[in-house]
Amino acid sequence: MTAYIVRRLFWYPILLFAVTTVTLALGLYGPGDPAQVYLGKHSDPETVARIRAEWGLDQPFQVQLFKYIADAVQGDFHESLVKYPGQKVTDLIAARLPVTVSLNALALALGVLFGVPLGLVSAVRHNRSLDHIITFGVISAVAIPVFAVSPFLQWIFARELPFWTRDTFGVTIGLPPGGWNGVFSASAVLPAMVLSPGYVAVFARQTRAGMIEALAQDFIRTARAKGLVESLVVMRHAFRNALIPLVTIFGLGLAGLVGGAIITETVFGIPGIGLLTVDALHARDYPIILAVTIMVAFVYITLNLIVDIAYTFIDPRIRYQ
Amino acid sequence: MSATTATPTRVITPDTLPPARGAWHEFWRRFRRNKRAVVSVFIILGVFASGIFTEELAPYCHTAQNLRAVDQAPSLAHPLGTDNLGRDLASRIIWGARTAVIVSVTVVVLNLLIGLPLGAVAGYYGGRIDSAIMRVADFLFAFPDLLFVLFIAATIRPSVIKYISDLGKSYGLKRGVNCAADYVAFADFIVVIAALSFVGWPGLARLVRGQFLQLREREFIESARATGARDLRIIFRHLLPNALPPIIVAISLGMGGAILAETSLSFLGIGIQPPNASWGSTIDDNYLFWRTRPEMIIVPGAVVAIVVLAFNFLGDGLNEALNPKTQ
Repeated sequence: MTAYIVRRLFWYPILLFAVTTVTLALGLYGPGDPAQVYLGKHSDPETVARIRAEWGLDQPFQVQLFKYIADAVQGDFHESLVKYPGQKVTDLIAARLPVTVSLNALALALGVLFGVPLGLVSAVRHNRSLDHIITFGVISAVAIPVFAVSPFLQWIFARELPFWTRDTFGVTIGLPPGGWNGVFSASAVLPAMVLSPGYVAVFARQTRAGMIEALAQDFIRTARAKGLVESLVVMRHAFRNALIPLVTIFGLGLAGLVGGAIITETVFGIPGIGLLTVDALHARDYPIILAVTIMVAFVYITLNLIVDIAYTFIDPRIRYQ
Repeated sequence: MSATTATPTRVITPDTLPPARGAWHEFWRRFRRNKRAVVSVFIILGVFASGIFTEELAPYCHTAQNLRAVDQAPSLAHPLGTDNLGRDLASRIIWGARTAVIVSVTVVVLNLLIGLPLGAVAGYYGGRIDSAIMRVADFLFAFPDLLFVLFIAATIRPSVIKYISDLGKSYGLKRGVNCAADYVAFADFIVVIAALSFVGWPGLARLVRGQFLQLREREFIESARATGARDLRIIFRHLLPNALPPIIVAISLGMGGAILAETSLSFLGIGIQPPNASWGSTIDDNYLFWRTRPEMIIVPGAVVAIVVLAFNFLGDGLNEALNPKTQ
C-alpha cells in the first residue's frame, strides 16, 4: 500500500510538469501576443517589443518555463498581464474560488441528494414504468445543454411568472448582466437549477447500474432466503456493493468544484473561476489561464489518488501492490 | 444460465430447428422494442438530411442580410423571423445542422482513427506499450476538458486562419463569392475539430483497451493463437468484432457529445465564428433579445437539446439491442 502511494506520488510532479509545459507552450507560441493585445491593434512595433521585454516574453522558452516553475513552487503565479494588469493571479483566483466552489458544491450536494435515491428506486423497480420515467429524465438531464435551458428558464421565471421578479427577493435572480449574492441567496436559484441536473443524472445512472448488478448476486438471494427485510437487503447488502463507482464519481465531482462551470458562470454572469478563465482567454492573459489549468490538474490528480486509496477502506478486498 | 436437457423423444435435426435468423435480424428485433431509440433514428436522419441537402432545404442563404427586414417577427416569408442583421433565422438553423454534422462526423472519425489503434495495441500487448499509451491518456484526462478545448481552440485559431487564407490565395480563390464558397470559413471547422479530437481520443482508447484486456484472456483467443494466427489477424478478426458493441454505442454518444461541445464552444465565441452558422452561436447572437423575442433562443436551444438527446437515446437503444445481458 505504501509502495503504491509512493509510486503514485512519484508521477505527481511529472504530470504537473507536463501540464505546465504544454499550457505554457500553447500560451506563448499561440499567435496573438499578449503584449499586442494589451497595446491594441495600432501600436508601434517598438513599444510592443519593449513591453515584451518587460514581461520577459522575449526570453527562450526553457528559461521562461523554469522561471515560471521556480516561482510557482514558491507560490508566486505571477501577475495578470492584460485583463487585470498588476494584480496577482493568486489573488484573482482566491477572490473567485469561493464563488465557484460554493455554487458547484451546492449542485454536487443536490446531485447526491436526489441522484442516489432516484437511482435506488430505479434499480428496485427495474424495467417498470417508474424506472423508465427516471431513466428518461436522467438521459435528458445529461443531454440538454445549460445554455439551451437557461434562456428558457429566464423566460419563464423572469418574464412569464409575475410573482418572481427582481423585487420579490429584493435581489436579482442571476439574470444577465447578473449579480451574485452568494449561494444562499435567490441569485443561486437559477444557476443551481441548471447546474445540478447533470450531477443528479450522473449519480442516478451510476447508482442504478451498480444496484442492478449487485441485486442480481447470489448473496442477495441468500439474504432474502434467510428472511431479511427487503429494505435491509437493499440498503445494507446491495447498496454497499454499489458504492465504489459512486465514490469515484463523487471524487471527480469534487475535482470539478474548482474547475468551475464555465458556461453557467458565463450565462448568469457569476464572478467565478469559469468566467475569469473565459475573460482571460479572450484577452490572451496567459498567466491566469496557466494558473487555473495547473490548479485544476493538481486537484484532479490529487483527488484521483485519494479516491483510489478510499477504495481500500470501502472494499477491503481491494489491494494495491 | 439454466441448463437445458434434451428430451429423448425429440430428436434435434436441422429440420426441426427454428429457421436460422441472422445477427441483423436479432438486432433489429431487439432494437425495435425501444420506441425512443426508433424515434431518435428519424430525428438523426432529419439532421443529416438538413446537413447534406442544406442548399435545397434552406429558404435563404445563412449569411444573406435583408436590411429591409431587420428584426422581424415570424411571418410567411421568414418562418422564424429575422435577426438584428436581417438574416433569416430558420435558414441559419438549417445551416447550423451542416456545421453540427460536419463537426460531429469528423470528430468521431478522428477519435476512432487515433483511439482505436492505440487502445487496441495497449490492451493487446499490455506491458510497457500499454503504460506509455495510458500515461498519455491520463495526462490528457488531467486537463479540465472544456477549459482545455477552449484554450487549444483560442490558441491555434489565428495560425489556422492564416494558413488557410494563404493556401486559398495561392490557388487564386476569391472570398465570399456566394453562400458557401468562403474558404476561410473552413478554418473555424479545422480549429474546433482539432481541439475536440485532441481531447476526445483518450476516452475511446480507454474503452477499447478495457474491452481487449477482458477479451484476450478468453478461450477463443487462445485457440486462435494456438492455430498460429498472427497478432494482426487476432486483433482484427477475433478481438475487434467482439469489442464492437460498446464501440458502436460510444460512437453514437460521441456524436451527441461532439455536437454539444461544438455548440458550447460556439456559444462562448471560440468555436464556429460569424458569419458561419452554428446553433451555439445563434443562441449567443440573440441572447440579448430573450425578453422580447424568446423564440430566437428557444428554437435553436430546443434543436440542440433534441438532437443531442436523440443521439443519447440512440446510444441507449443500441446498448440494449447489442448487449446480450439485457433482456
